[in-house]
Amino acid sequence: MAELKLTDVAKSYGGKVEVLRDINLDIKTGELVVFVGPSGCGKSTLLRMIAGLEKITGGTFEIDGVPMNDVPPAQRGIAMVFQSYALYPHMTVRDNMAFALKIAKKSTDEITAAVENAARILQLTDYLDRLPKALSGGQRQRVAIGRAIVRDPKVYLFDEPLSNLDAALRVATRIEIAQLKESMPDSTMIYVTHDQVEAMTLADRIVVLANKGIAQVGSPLDLYERPDNEFVAQFIGSPAMNLLAGKISATGAQTTVTLESGGTATVAIPTEADQLGRAVNVGVRPEDLVLAEGTPLIGGTVDFIEALGEVTLLYFSAEGGRDPLIAKLPGIHAGLRGKRVDLSAASDKLHLFADGLSLRPKG
Amino acid sequence: MLEQITFALGTMIAGVFGCVLYFFMSNKLLDAALPAKGVNAGRNINRANRIRPWLFMFPALFILGLYLVYPVFNSIWLSLHNRSGRTWVGLDNWVWLVKDGKFRESLFNNILWLITVPALATFFGLIAAALTDRIRWGNFAKSLIFMPMAISFVGASVIWKFVYDYRAAGQEQIGLLNAIVYGFGGDPAAWITLPFWNNFFLMAILVWIQTGFAMVILSAALRGISEETIEAAILDGANPWQVFWKIKVPQIWGTVAVVWTTITVTVLKIFDIVLAMTNGQWGTQVLANYMFDWMFRGNDYGRASAIALVIMLMVTPIMVWNIRNARKEDI
Ligand SMILES: Nc1ncnc2c1ncn2[C@@H]1O[C@H](COP(=O)(O)OP(=O)(O)O)[C@@H](O)[C@H]1O
Ligand SMILES: [Mg+2]
Repeated sequence: MAELKLTDVAKSYGGKVEVLRDINLDIKTGELVVFVGPSGCGKSTLLRMIAGLEKITGGTFEIDGVPMNDVPPAQRGIAMVFQSYALYPHMTVRDNMAFALKIAKKSTDEITAAVENAARILQLTDYLDRLPKALSGGQRQRVAIGRAIVRDPKVYLFDEPLSNLDAALRVATRIEIAQLKESMPDSTMIYVTHDQVEAMTLADRIVVLANKGIAQVGSPLDLYERPDNEFVAQFIGSPAMNLLAGKISATGAQTTVTLESGGTATVAIPTEADQLGRAVNVGVRPEDLVLAEGTPLIGGTVDFIEALGEVTLLYFSAEGGRDPLIAKLPGIHAGLRGKRVDLSAASDKLHLFADGLSLRPKG
Repeated sequence: MLEQITFALGTMIAGVFGCVLYFFMSNKLLDAALPAKGVNAGRNINRANRIRPWLFMFPALFILGLYLVYPVFNSIWLSLHNRSGRTWVGLDNWVWLVKDGKFRESLFNNILWLITVPALATFFGLIAAALTDRIRWGNFAKSLIFMPMAISFVGASVIWKFVYDYRAAGQEQIGLLNAIVYGFGGDPAAWITLPFWNNFFLMAILVWIQTGFAMVILSAALRGISEETIEAAILDGANPWQVFWKIKVPQIWGTVAVVWTTITVTVLKIFDIVLAMTNGQWGTQVLANYMFDWMFRGNDYGRASAIALVIMLMVTPIMVWNIRNARKEDI
């Protein structure tokens, strides 16, 4: 029903401040795509360009093959849910939801039916005659979503819709949004967040934005298992992936890296012979580290631990290594503080980066 | 001349130092009377803190009382006495007031002003605020519109006298309005003597002055509106007209009301413009000018006080409402 296509889209303010460039992205009908990235990387800007609230200063944006660059926002068939909810403070919940339909001169019956249907889906029926200021944060959020639903748009845009809610409500609303998406399989949704948990749980595909462009596009597990670059590797997953500096000492079907910390890593990624001696970073996720039985990958003294019950986080500094490292061990290991530990990881769990980019073959 | 300047400076310095001295000494005294030490330190601090605000507010309260509350009671007292303010006449002045044709004319005109000026000034102010907010030279336009605020009512009246100035047909028209009418082939008219309509010509002056005030306040309020509600409305399909009237204006309704009532209070006291333009002739009399007439031309304290009280009665409810509204805005 609605396919979105961005080709070489760019944005700069006043011709000088470049915020985004070379954005190429296809979004299929019914997909839920999440834009994720650090604060200030241009997620909202990209979303607002899709909405038509911000002028596209380069490239083209199409919906179903029709160029949208100069189409006014209201005619793009999109609805947007704002971070601050942006409810009309002087209107009741009912009028907030009915506003767009009244502007579109729909019949009273039609409006009533649409509003009541949305209210039922979102459990707002008892609050229809209240003003926004008499609602809790979660209810306001639902009104904002209801305002989008009544219009039955082709594309839903969400800009950090949960960031003003407390932790428990955030989880609950996240699940509601996931259910809402399931009940509307034909609607395309774009969801912006800086929270990778939201991104991982909601998305069909995640678009990681960084450095004015797209760092990687892929399914949540794709990004987790096969990050294209160090940025994505460290952005997805919590705590962030450890990077161990070293040099390639043997190439072939597997690559051997001599680490600065003294150890040796065997990575299940093939490399060509001309890569020999190249400076690389070996990436290993904290949860992939285990207490060593054979030859350890790294060793060090535990500076600090965080025991969460189901897992224990070890913060340690490797000998000869630069940055503090983190390991996430299942179960309780309360006694390890101040002790020396040796850790290893399976070779197929290791990642290999040179100049910030993954050496893993594509595809 | 020099003597006067020295005197003025002396008064200012004495006033400022007097105030400082008062606050300093009264504070000292309070601390001495309720020392913040010893066995009763806690209780003393609490008591002193309860007394201190009143101590500091006392001068203001006293002066307000002297210049506001006392005159009200004196006016009531005077309105029940004869022209010299010595002989008791009961309700005679009030009975006269009810029967007096000129008073009724003033009251009617005042109500006319009351309806027209706040509505027009607020409306023009709102439009000016909306239009100047979005354009590059908006701030310049704003300064121009705000400028009349800096002119005294009498000064403004002098300017507008030239706008309405009348010369017989055939002569060179120095009045702007007549020059235009004449230029289009019409007959020049003595605008401010046209019964009934001349009221509106006088009102135009106050509208011209107050629009700037309304614009400044409303423009600040418009800027306070969350940008996202406007964007949401645009996405909802509202055109600029609908965004303005259905999203923006309702959100600043409280401010509109405050502006409206503030201008209303100014209008109720309107005096200078009428005095300078017509002095109440040709059916343009208003209450404040009529009071002034009886006070200083008719030398009748009783009647003047009765008219003054009528003005106060009309202003009070609007003031109360205004203050309540302003308070609600804060919360
Ligand atoms: N009107 C503007 N003029 C100049 N720079 C802007 C403007 N609006 C946003 N930016 C810049 O664009 C960048 C992206 O902003 P935004 O899209 O809001 O980031 P986020 O990813 O946090 O949503 C920021 O660095 C911000 O400073
Ligand atoms: Mg943002």
